[in-house]
Amino acid sequence: MDALISQLQRQFRDYTISLYQQGFLDDQFTELKKLQDDGSPDFVAEVLTLFFEDCVKLISNMARSLDKTTGAVDFSQVGASVHQLKGSSSSVGAKRVKALCVSFKEYCEAKNYEGCVRCLQQVDIEYKALKTKLQDMFNLEKQIIQAGGRVPQVDIN
Amino acid sequence: MAVGEVMRMEIPAGGDLTVTTPELHVLAVDDSIVDRKVIERLLRISSCKVTTVESGTRALQYLGLDGGKGASNLKDLKVNLIVTDYSMPGLTGYDLLKKIKESSAFREVPVVIMSSENILPRIEECLKEGAEEFLLKPVKLADVKRIKQLILKNEAEECKTLSHSNKRKLQEDCDTSSSSSSSHDDSSVKDTPSSKRMKSESENLSSLF
Repeated sequence: MDALISQLQRQFRDYTISLYQQGFLDDQFTELKKLQDDGSPDFVAEVLTLFFEDCVKLISNMARSLDKTTGAVDFSQVGASVHQLKGSSSSVGAKRVKALCVSFKEYCEAKNYEGCVRCLQQVDIEYKALKTKLQDMFNLEKQIIQAGGRVPQVDIN
Repeated sequence: MAVGEVMRMEIPAGGDLTVTTPELHVLAVDDSIVDRKVIERLLRISSCKVTTVESGTRALQYLGLDGGKGASNLKDLKVNLIVTDYSMPGLTGYDLLKKIKESSAFREVPVVIMSSENILPRIEECLKEGAEEFLLKPVKLADVKRIKQLILKNEAEECKTLSHSNKRKLQEDCDTSSSSSSSHDDSSVKDTPSSKRMKSESENLSSLF
């Protein structure tokens, strides 16, 4: 079992580091991990679940606000949702989503419709990609625990 | 020494005195469910009791400052710190700050503003209105620990002022509520004796912490 645990731990470590290196996650995700302990072992997963639910809600709001068939587009309304998404992505360390929100916000301020629509599509793709990556990461954690091991602290630096 | 831990001290006179370090009750206000979850955890891990609400309006209701009927049974509500987001729909964090500072019941409660935007005029405006600190989001554990130390220091100052001519350096608990590190989203309040904050300027607290 020990060989299996070591292998899983190595996989987990490498995978986690790659998420940071590829820019999916930043320092704030590390901060969230600090808040997890034996008393609250699922804290990070719980926050990320709330975040992804927030993504669905906010992206749907943005799509509705950008719908030209209901009349003129209210860019401030779109901007408000983008601002909220920027905030929550920042709070969980979702680096790429946050960066997209920054550009998105600029397009809103410039009332650039095409730019906004492009950002909306990208942000949708990006949060889903992160969700998949994190699910894989949480699965690795689960496998380690099921094999009787402990999830290692990963030093990003 | 951890918050909530009981410390027994032997007094030369032969008696025993039990003291507990105070547990801070923090009201956290944020319209983002993600941020509420994070700030709640940051505070709980720092051994604070936490109540979270989703808007400035709800915060005022909780504090009994909305002119509603609930005000009478809230007069013993003890809140040691209010942490609020700046940008919220309806009442902003700044509006909430102003209302708190205008109230007689809570004007002495420290208010910390959080914002994702580093806008200097905004920061200045909040500090001028009496905010204790302005935190840039995302908030980290180090920020919360620092705020807590600041608040505890102020609270200890107040306790010392209220203690009855006791020359020994003892931390007396002015809050007789039992400490339970529970957190709840805008639920009912435990009645605790309130103690008005008085700023005493000339106390040296380094010995206590």
